[in-house]
Amino acid sequence: MKRDWLPWLLIPAVGLLALPLVGSLASWVTLSVAGLAMGLMIFVMASGLTLTFGLMDVLNFGHGAFIAVGAFVAASVMLALAPLMGADSLWLNLGAVVPAVLAAMLVSGALGWGFERAIVQPVYGQHLRQILVTTGGLIVAEQLLKVIWGPEQITLARPTALRGAFLLGDVAIEKYRLLAVVVGLLVFAALALTLNRTKLGLLIRAGVENGEMVEALGYRIRRLFVGVFVAGSALAGLGGAMWGLYQETVTAAIGAQVIVLVFIVVIIGGLGSIGGCFVGALLVGLTANYIGFLAPKVALGSNILLMALILLWRPQGLYAVAKR
Amino acid sequence: MPEPLLSLRGVETRIGRYHILHGVAFDVAEGGLTMLLGRNGAGKTTTLRTIMGLWRAAAGEIRFAGRDITRLATPDIARLGIAYVPESMAIFADLTVQENLILAARAGPPDAKRLDWIFGRFEALKRFWALPAGNLSGGQKQMLAVARAIIEPRRLLLIDEPTKGLAPAIIANMIAAFAELKDGQSTLLVVEQNFAFAQQLGDSVAVMDDGKVAHTGTMAAFAADTALQQHLLGLGMGEHQ
Repeated sequence: MKRDWLPWLLIPAVGLLALPLVGSLASWVTLSVAGLAMGLMIFVMASGLTLTFGLMDVLNFGHGAFIAVGAFVAASVMLALAPLMGADSLWLNLGAVVPAVLAAMLVSGALGWGFERAIVQPVYGQHLRQILVTTGGLIVAEQLLKVIWGPEQITLARPTALRGAFLLGDVAIEKYRLLAVVVGLLVFAALALTLNRTKLGLLIRAGVENGEMVEALGYRIRRLFVGVFVAGSALAGLGGAMWGLYQETVTAAIGAQVIVLVFIVVIIGGLGSIGGCFVGALLVGLTANYIGFLAPKVALGSNILLMALILLWRPQGLYAVAKR
Repeated sequence: MPEPLLSLRGVETRIGRYHILHGVAFDVAEGGLTMLLGRNGAGKTTTLRTIMGLWRAAAGEIRFAGRDITRLATPDIARLGIAYVPESMAIFADLTVQENLILAARAGPPDAKRLDWIFGRFEALKRFWALPAGNLSGGQKQMLAVARAIIEPRRLLLIDEPTKGLAPAIIANMIAAFAELKDGQSTLLVVEQNFAFAQQLGDSVAVMDDGKVAHTGTMAAFAADTALQQHLLGLGMGEHQ
């Protein structure tokens, strides 16, 4: 079977389509990098969600809670390490950012483990209840965040070395966005390698297709699912930390705000497909930035329109996962 | 008399509102090939799925190698040495033929000698080794499903309608493979609609009717009793070949 590259070609196609509309090459490059950075941050947050849906048919609207918790934990650590954040050395800055990100992943992962056991496990196979109970979980988590961190938004300044932009002629590329692109690509490469080159990855891919048969081969899919759920929650925490730094503010609603984009990406990509999730995230990021520049009034609806167009073309999403 | 490898006693299975199995009871002798026959809807597939733990028995007992497996989870049942080939084949379409077999080999990478034996029987699997399994024809998918079950030695193979929709040449290969497995001390419980195939391979037979086992005995005796076949399977003489 030939690999289906058509969805991947949409990424340069969207870029090239936008170039004459934007008019200026410098603006186009800046917007493209911003779009890629935004898309890759959404991919980091969405990758776990698409796999958990594919593996166990779980619709987890509470995924936004892991994003929000990641953002708050990272913000707390970075604020506690403010002298390192404000230092003029990249290495000292990283001395604050790396522990902040690790703490965000750890706490979100642990929360994911508890969430799966207490909230998701009792409603396996019941989609309506999953939607209700996980949405409830998200609301409770938001309120708990307000109790712990207070109702006010937290302002989070980026570390000194990641402020400003690289100037290449007329083109300005924000340093932080470049870092977000690098981190997003590393996460994608790690996920792709794990899924395609390891037995664990084979199990996950097979489980997404037919969990029952994976069990009949002697593997415990429940344990695999919990592992993927926790890893996905940790990635959501990483994404939340990155998104908080991207927005430079953290509020209790950060998860609920971004979860809409995350779901759009998961649906566009094809439920359960990491490759589709990646392509979908980049398309959403690029479209949001180009449309935001060209027609700010319709920017809000542009991603819904993109989703509708893609589903008209491929109703199962860009890469439909062959389910049993 | 030696203890059977697999034994079902009074097994009842309900799926939702439907009561499918009504006290199924039969034995599978070690080292032999037992054919589970019956008309469509008699409960054959449900019986295999209940043995595998994919559907829970509401009552009764299933024993494997002297151990009660009625309440065990599917992965634990598989790990006791039971392999299952469902009627739908359930191959992983997005995975390559190689990846399907790597996954089925729990103990480590597939054994080269065993792989050669499988390729000897199912040559197409070697040819399409690196292709996604979803690209295989129906017959090739069936080969892969059977190969996945036998990639490592298992004590008991549960196979649901292995010849369904297959070309005669592939059926001949399947017969040869099952005969060799039997000689290699594997035990097989095969659900089959093709009576000629069943007659050729089966040592013993259990015939199901309306969620119960209506007859058990040797295949030779059942093959000789056309009246019983007509009664339990609705077979005419023309369907024997």
